[in-house]
Amino acid sequence: MNHIALKMLMGDTGKYVGIVMGLTFASLIMTQQPAIFLGIMARTYSFISDTGLPDIWVMDEKVQFIDDIKPLQDTELYRVRGISGVAWAMPMYKGLLKARLANGMFQTCNVVGLDDTTLIGGPPIMLEGKISDLRRSDSVIIDVDGAKEKLGKPALTPNGTPVPLKIGDSLELNDHRAIVVGIAKVTRTFQSQPVIYTTYSRAKSYAPRERKLLSFVLVKAAQGQNLHELTRRIREKTGLAAYTRNEFIELTYNYFMKNTGIPINFGMSVLLGFIVGAAIAGQTFYNFTLENIRQFGVLKAMGTSNWTLLRMILLQAVLVGSIGYGMGVGLTALFGYAMRHSILAFKFPWQLLLFSGVGVSLICMIAALISIIKVIRLEPAIVFKS
Amino acid sequence: MVAAVRCEKLVKIYDTGGQKVIALNGIDLSINLGELMMLVGPSGCGKTTLISVIAGILDQDSGVCELFGENVNAMRSKDKLQFRARHIGFVFQAFNLLPSLNAAENVSIPLLINGVKRAEAERLAIKVLEQVGLGDRWKSFPSQLSGGQQQRVAIARALVHSPRLIVCDEPTSALDHVSGHNVMTLLKEVALHQDRALVIVTHDARIFEFADRIAQMDDGHVVKIT
Repeated sequence: MNHIALKMLMGDTGKYVGIVMGLTFASLIMTQQPAIFLGIMARTYSFISDTGLPDIWVMDEKVQFIDDIKPLQDTELYRVRGISGVAWAMPMYKGLLKARLANGMFQTCNVVGLDDTTLIGGPPIMLEGKISDLRRSDSVIIDVDGAKEKLGKPALTPNGTPVPLKIGDSLELNDHRAIVVGIAKVTRTFQSQPVIYTTYSRAKSYAPRERKLLSFVLVKAAQGQNLHELTRRIREKTGLAAYTRNEFIELTYNYFMKNTGIPINFGMSVLLGFIVGAAIAGQTFYNFTLENIRQFGVLKAMGTSNWTLLRMILLQAVLVGSIGYGMGVGLTALFGYAMRHSILAFKFPWQLLLFSGVGVSLICMIAALISIIKVIRLEPAIVFKS
Repeated sequence: MVAAVRCEKLVKIYDTGGQKVIALNGIDLSINLGELMMLVGPSGCGKTTLISVIAGILDQDSGVCELFGENVNAMRSKDKLQFRARHIGFVFQAFNLLPSLNAAENVSIPLLINGVKRAEAERLAIKVLEQVGLGDRWKSFPSQLSGGQQQRVAIARALVHSPRLIVCDEPTSALDHVSGHNVMTLLKEVALHQDRALVIVTHDARIFEFADRIAQMDDGHVVKIT
């Protein structure tokens, strides 16, 4: 009877396409909105995940998230280096500085100062130039999005696009000359400010005079060292906060979740999307069964068991659910791919695929169950009513 | 000889929102094998309820209805379903063909319900379609067939699994006179034989001539059998 179920489903092309489209739309809004939400949230900790080498981040114990800089004295670096289990520890400056552009405008930038010798903590991908070029005088590496957009030189025509900064161009950071020696690809940050990499000592010269300028100490654990044990030891010996990379990501993520309106605003949107998607898909499928109720009645009158009818409806639900889900997540993936070079935040992990898959399955199962109850309760004598 | 259908003191009462409607009020009726019995009477007299009970798709409140000596109402629901699938064929007023299936697929449904493989079921279905004069239209969908042709497909569907009782509800009411006459001729010639009985509910006086006996119903009773 399975082929009859499939023919009933696909016999009316318009209705069939309608159901599939309903489910496609449902899975699209169930994946696209959460993907944007995850993309935005991933930007909150993108700087941490981009900084690949260190195992542990050491900072002031009052720091709440990555951009909440509470500088340390340089001597803290040496205290950390002295703790057993630390393979190496490097300084990092991170701060917001104003860059003066060629048109006289100012742009706030994220300036990152790396250890002068090792340059540990540098950008993940160099598009032009080499990271070692930072050893040249006044040199900086800027991120490609910043170079093209916010730090770009004035457009050649009115209302034209800015001319991207390139290697050899210069800009002014707090009255200091900075020469671009490299273009890097970094993950966009939450505020989407340009990121400028330079050496630690040069970053200190750019930064306004302060007694403490060390933002983080980046630590690599010795081989075989238990990271949690080491963070505990660093905390005990220095009184500073020490987090593994994942813990620091979690700290930052949780800060944004608890202290910004993002979760509630986006959460509502995602929830609404889920409800609307569920309602559309469920209603469409239920209507399909209702429209075919007479046909089910005929089959029942002729001796088809409830179990067979249940199997037929489930098969129909699974088929339209799978096609709709596939098309929905496919469209979401295409959307993400099309927007990959734009400012739009988008992250589509496998967990989201699973979440939406479970969501669409639930919708189909619930709609099928309601339909099945209707069919099981159906009085086959309905077939004698004209 | 065992009667095809034997109803004794059949009572069926519908409860419509607190109001009780007696649809069958102590029906006694017997239909023999090889017989074409028509149930006639005004609307609301209980004809459709009676064939629903006879066909085993509606349970009576009291009384006995035996089909080929078996009390269908007393059967477990699974056995009742199997009995219905095996021994009863249906012809409906509105044809009730599945619009997305072609003629052969529609006719094959009772065989599929009885566990026959799809290919074999469709082969047998085409054979029966040939019997009803639609051998060349087995690929046609209901929407491509006239009303008379659709009813012939429905008759083929009612016959394909060789049931012992065929229940027809107003089989000619949606057809013109000629088509209706042809359908009845077909039913009498192809469907009726010594091992099978036909029960037809109808308002259509033009087809009374095909009946072996006519049971006139009124107000839930059989008032006259001619």
